[in-house]
Amino acid sequence: MSEKICLRGGRVVDPSQSLDEVRDVLLVDGHVVSSGEGGGIPEDARIIDCSGLVVTPGLIDVHVHLREPGEEHKETIATGAASAAAGGFTSICAMPNTDPPIDDPAGVGFVVAQGRKAAKARVYPVGCISVGRSGGRLALVGEMVDAGAVAITDDGSPVMDSGLMRLALEYAQTFGIPVADHPEDITLSAKGHMNEGVMSSRLGLAGKPNASEDIHVARDLMLAELTGGHIHLQHCSTRHGVEMIRQAKARGVRVTAEASPHHLVLTEAAVEGYRTEAKMNPPLRSQEDVEAVRVGLADGTLDTIATDHAPHHYDEKEAAFAEAPNGIVGLETALGIVLTRVVKEGLIDLSTMIERMSCQPARAFNLPGGTLAEGAVADVTVFDPNEVWTVDPAAFVSKSRNTPFGGWELEGRPRLTIVGGRIVWSA
Amino acid sequence: MSAMALPLGKDLVGLEHLTSEQILQILDTAEPFKEISERRIKKVPVLRGKTIVNLFFEASTRTRVSFEFAEKRLSADTVNISASGSSVVKGETLVDTARNLEAMRIDMVVMRHGASGAARFLAERIPSHVINAGDGWHEHPTQGLLDLLTIRDHLGRLDGLKVCIVGDILHSRVARSNIYGLRTLGAEVAVCGPRTLLPPMVEELGCHVLPHIEDAIQWADVLNVLRLQLERMESGYVPSLREYNRIWGVTSERMDAAPRDILILHPGPMNRGVEIDSDVADGSHSVILNQVTNGVAVRMAVLYLLAGGQPERAEAAKQGGEA
Repeated sequence: MSEKICLRGGRVVDPSQSLDEVRDVLLVDGHVVSSGEGGGIPEDARIIDCSGLVVTPGLIDVHVHLREPGEEHKETIATGAASAAAGGFTSICAMPNTDPPIDDPAGVGFVVAQGRKAAKARVYPVGCISVGRSGGRLALVGEMVDAGAVAITDDGSPVMDSGLMRLALEYAQTFGIPVADHPEDITLSAKGHMNEGVMSSRLGLAGKPNASEDIHVARDLMLAELTGGHIHLQHCSTRHGVEMIRQAKARGVRVTAEASPHHLVLTEAAVEGYRTEAKMNPPLRSQEDVEAVRVGLADGTLDTIATDHAPHHYDEKEAAFAEAPNGIVGLETALGIVLTRVVKEGLIDLSTMIERMSCQPARAFNLPGGTLAEGAVADVTVFDPNEVWTVDPAAFVSKSRNTPFGGWELEGRPRLTIVGGRIVWSA
Repeated sequence: MSAMALPLGKDLVGLEHLTSEQILQILDTAEPFKEISERRIKKVPVLRGKTIVNLFFEASTRTRVSFEFAEKRLSADTVNISASGSSVVKGETLVDTARNLEAMRIDMVVMRHGASGAARFLAERIPSHVINAGDGWHEHPTQGLLDLLTIRDHLGRLDGLKVCIVGDILHSRVARSNIYGLRTLGAEVAVCGPRTLLPPMVEELGCHVLPHIEDAIQWADVLNVLRLQLERMESGYVPSLREYNRIWGVTSERMDAAPRDILILHPGPMNRGVEIDSDVADGSHSVILNQVTNGVAVRMAVLYLLAGGQPERAEAAKQGGEA
């Protein structure tokens, strides 16, 4: 029983309909209903004034770590889904590198059930490629898809065995799901803690060279081409990687690819002083790489923005750099970072941002949403593009605070998150 | 004591961010302290009543003993904690270890730790003075300082000298402290060794790269020869210790071709017959044992300056005044 909501007078930006105009959006029984020209608003609809605000298809993040089961001190599915809602996300895809890993239909069912119970953002499970994320044999892909998995990945670890990756790309085609890969040749990078370069040499930290990522990007593209399967490359961070994806797309290879907000706006310089909140995998890279990732985002080579939300408990990051875990939280800062440091700097327009943060993620992972067309699910994000705010990690809805963006002044903030016609967050 | 009164600041975590004035101040302060170790009664009351913890998460004999002599000869009260048998092996975090020590009201911590950045991490979290006795591959500032002092003792200057560091630069905190300290004081620095053991883009740290030891010997006024650890061979950085000696070993045959006298340093412990041959290590150009002697004086100087001592008062402090 969802209420009837009329979002009145907002700037509706929906690239799926090439729409960017001030109009009303009517949500009835969990779906978008055509509002027409001023008429047809039911008398019992709740009218929400959206003048001065932007109304878009709900944001979708295809790459988050919710830590449940196994590491509930960092995040739970409920707190992660609430954090997503607070960041303007209506759907998130949960990575399977939990303890135990999500590698069978029971695990997938657990994530689905916890997500329903949380009743915030929609939570879609992603299953493992291999049993136990061990890189050995294929997990129960078909049964996991039956139980609700929307993709497979061994994220957190790459698939080192090229033969296994080939099998995954072939097998997944029956079920129409993407195979997502964390591209990294760990024989080149396993000991590394940051980008390899003059900075790692100065700090005396082992590095992860660009080549460790590039080699697996190249391999995955070759295997996608060989098999006809859909490869989804996660958190792309290198200039050669972006260029190879661009060329593969031009050849018609079925590849989709992510850029994360931090790889769009931060270089390895953020590590100075051994700041563990700037430690993630792939690492922050050089200015040249950041430029390439930005150009790749603008021209659509990197078609999806995904946060790689990776919560860690504060005392896990309170350690010497080499001993701290990889990852940062991202759900509650993504929209503000992208608006402030990507859109307002003129790299992409608002419509392209929504394409990268909603429409394309929905298409790539075959998820409901990503559009406000008549009949679509009533997943809507409303944000104020001009609200100036300062990132205060202590105020995060997420259980964790590990962000390099603490204290940043951002312009643009979510105001209302609606999932299935129900308001799950408002400010 | 106010921060203004501390010539080095609160801590010594590395040489990279010290000015040439600060480095020279330490070296100059070490001079009067050298004499204490030559006395019959090797003790002065400079740090009387100060409590110092030597916190060694990695095994160390030379550095720990050198610090302990420096502390004891300045009359500090010292406690040694080593990783084995301490709460560290029981899973206590570095922060908790530090906070517990702090709660016992200490004045200084001398720390050796396997992780780069560990000394800075500790220094940012406790009010006590922190002296880095080696953090991962990052820095070993007192070793760098004793190398600088030893070179200056023998050659009378550092500015304009050519110093080549030979061996495993990649994993060496000694190399980094040498590079930063030497360059700040105007020396030219080169590194020589197999490319597998040089840090990526080491040229951008301001070093020449000399692939062949013969070239290094032609070029240098000083060779600082680093220890090649056995595990570097085991993990494949070099195929064998014998081959390493054949290609990069500092041998007397190679030294005979030197166009000038070359000062030979080695931070120890030496692998005789691997990175350095015995007749070079024991030869007339070797100042390896002078380095060890200078180590105690340099560490006294650092302890004295961090405790608030003024460089110009070091001589007077020795006579019985407190720091």
